[in-house]
Amino acid sequence: MITWWRQPWIRRLMTSLAVVAVVELMTGPSGSFAAPTTGLIGSYNERVSVYGLFVGRRWMVFLVLALAFFGVWSAWLRGGPRMRAALRASTASPRDVASRRPVRWGFYVVLLVVAGFLPHLVNDPYWQSVLVEQIAVFVLLALGLNVVVGFAGLLDLGFVAFYAIGAYTTAWVTGALPTPAPFDVHLNPFWAIPVAIVFVMVAGILLGTPTLRLRGDYLAIVTLGFGEIITIFANNLYGITGGSYGSGGTTGSHPIPHFSIALGPIHYRWTLAPVPYYYLTLVFVVLFIIGFSLLEHSRIGRAWTAIREDEVAAESVGINPLKYKVMAFAIGAASAGFAGVVTASQSNFIFPATFTLQLSINVLVLVIFGGMGSIPGVVAGAVVIQTVSMYLIHTPPAGFQESDLYMYIGALLIVTMIFRPAGLIPSRRRRREIVLSEAGESHADEVLTGDVA
Amino acid sequence: MLDVTNVVVRYGAITALHGISFDVHEGEIVALLGANGAGKSTTLRMLSGLHAPAEGRIIFEGRDVTVTKAHQFMALGIGHVPEGRRIFPQMSVEENLEMGAFARRGSYSDDIERMYVMFPILKDRRKQMGGNLSGGEQQMLAIARALMGRPRLLLLDEPSMGLAPMIVEMIFRIIAEIRDQGTTVFVVEQNAAQALRLADRGYVMENGRIVFSDTAANLLVDPRVRAVYLGEEVEEV
Repeated sequence: MITWWRQPWIRRLMTSLAVVAVVELMTGPSGSFAAPTTGLIGSYNERVSVYGLFVGRRWMVFLVLALAFFGVWSAWLRGGPRMRAALRASTASPRDVASRRPVRWGFYVVLLVVAGFLPHLVNDPYWQSVLVEQIAVFVLLALGLNVVVGFAGLLDLGFVAFYAIGAYTTAWVTGALPTPAPFDVHLNPFWAIPVAIVFVMVAGILLGTPTLRLRGDYLAIVTLGFGEIITIFANNLYGITGGSYGSGGTTGSHPIPHFSIALGPIHYRWTLAPVPYYYLTLVFVVLFIIGFSLLEHSRIGRAWTAIREDEVAAESVGINPLKYKVMAFAIGAASAGFAGVVTASQSNFIFPATFTLQLSINVLVLVIFGGMGSIPGVVAGAVVIQTVSMYLIHTPPAGFQESDLYMYIGALLIVTMIFRPAGLIPSRRRRREIVLSEAGESHADEVLTGDVA
Repeated sequence: MLDVTNVVVRYGAITALHGISFDVHEGEIVALLGANGAGKSTTLRMLSGLHAPAEGRIIFEGRDVTVTKAHQFMALGIGHVPEGRRIFPQMSVEENLEMGAFARRGSYSDDIERMYVMFPILKDRRKQMGGNLSGGEQQMLAIARALMGRPRLLLLDEPSMGLAPMIVEMIFRIIAEIRDQGTTVFVVEQNAAQALRLADRGYVMENGRIVFSDTAANLLVDPRVRAVYLGEEVEEV
């Protein structure tokens, strides 16, 4: 008989209490050193008043949460293998993919139709603008970062730089920056799209060529630095970028225009209203998804996979690692550049404060959460995480502050990594690896180290 | 076919190869033997472009390949089976083979079929992940992957490493077959007795220098080689 406190369920219970206690303490309304336990048991005033004890009920919330956590954990341990087996049965057998393709396509068409109706389904101005600014834009960013991190296996912590370059290029060619526009005419943002994409791709090549000889952690640090440099430039090059006031800060500057079409009899002008922007972005999201999927299964995609798995072996079969890594950087940057165009045009003004390290990390979280290397995964990841974030900000639960957001997202990510280490919708390859490892044919560790490194 | 002249390789201040020279003629199997740390693997790393020589020249089919990069060798006609096999663990056997044809243009399905004839076990395993194969199967896959590039010269780094004796014998039979089909083979081996029985000629390295070279048959009976590298192994096997 093991000592009572060593029993697994007691340990689980204690861990649950501890985890929830920490969460409560950190999210409670006080957060003050003077009364550190307020988050857990309520403030003194709350406690002394009968009202506080029964209405404030912070401690009851705590107990309920802890027990719920404990319950879910235990249920997972008991029923988990069966649940996972059922899940696998529904998704496994990678070789059937070809035969299921029509079903798959049907599914995507349904998704697209749903996406088409989405702004009318939510029918709420807040959520409609979230769809554009927070979901569609982040889907684009996640798709691009997925090429770099998921396909080529390069950890990029400065992805925001490409987003910023896209946005600032748009501001520049539309004549919204202190720097004179390159053309006498201030361009329609539609023309900014190719210019911005070319600019970010060139930026990707310029950054990639010297730095992609580095591996792993070193590359991560250099990209982190690149992201910061771009932000600092945006902030401090007052005469060029408008400094911390952004594109609208200088006298004589004008807003970045909205998209507009004047094609023969067709005249259309986008406005501040989010829904038209949503459709415009949706079209590009679909185009990027199609483009990146084709790339994934192309010769280039295979070279990326080979480099990710074993660079020396890749070289031995004739793949030039540097060339393909730089390509990943440039191609991944393209969708971020486009996201920059949308952001700039839709909001009319851009500010350096938008392009933070936090944003780079946020996009990386979307990719990891959704499933590195899996296009459906990163799209789902972006939709889920951004929806949760925006829901929390829009309808904050008691005691929630906006600065707590990333704590919740972090917790969500950790839990996901425990139960679905390859992400929400793992790529076909990763799913296959997991099926094999669970069948005991290989090491689970092998599966992890291969891609995460 | 391959001429290596006075090649010096340095790792920082340490000189790993002190000016070695050797050649490989078309249609033969040449073995490079030596103890651990003699410089065999460095020689092969240099030949496959992973480490550039500080001095000397490497000529392949009349072309100077001294400063060629690793990824360019396959296109030149030199296939490389790296030490430790290094197959792509998370690709299937078939995908590994397809990667082998990366440097080539055009269709490679005939080549895959040819590999399946040469290595029937790979056909049985073709949907399996490379990482789930046994050591011997991985070695065969690594060789087959290198052959997918249709090299005229195949470089093998320690093909017997970590494999059971029976599997080693099988691998060596396959290497002989590859030579018979017209691919020249240069093999670095620690297992001297077996390598010499397979090879046409051999070079013996010690401390970054080539100390003897002769036909394999002569090396096999050479008392110096027997004493140092074969020991009692000859009597035993």
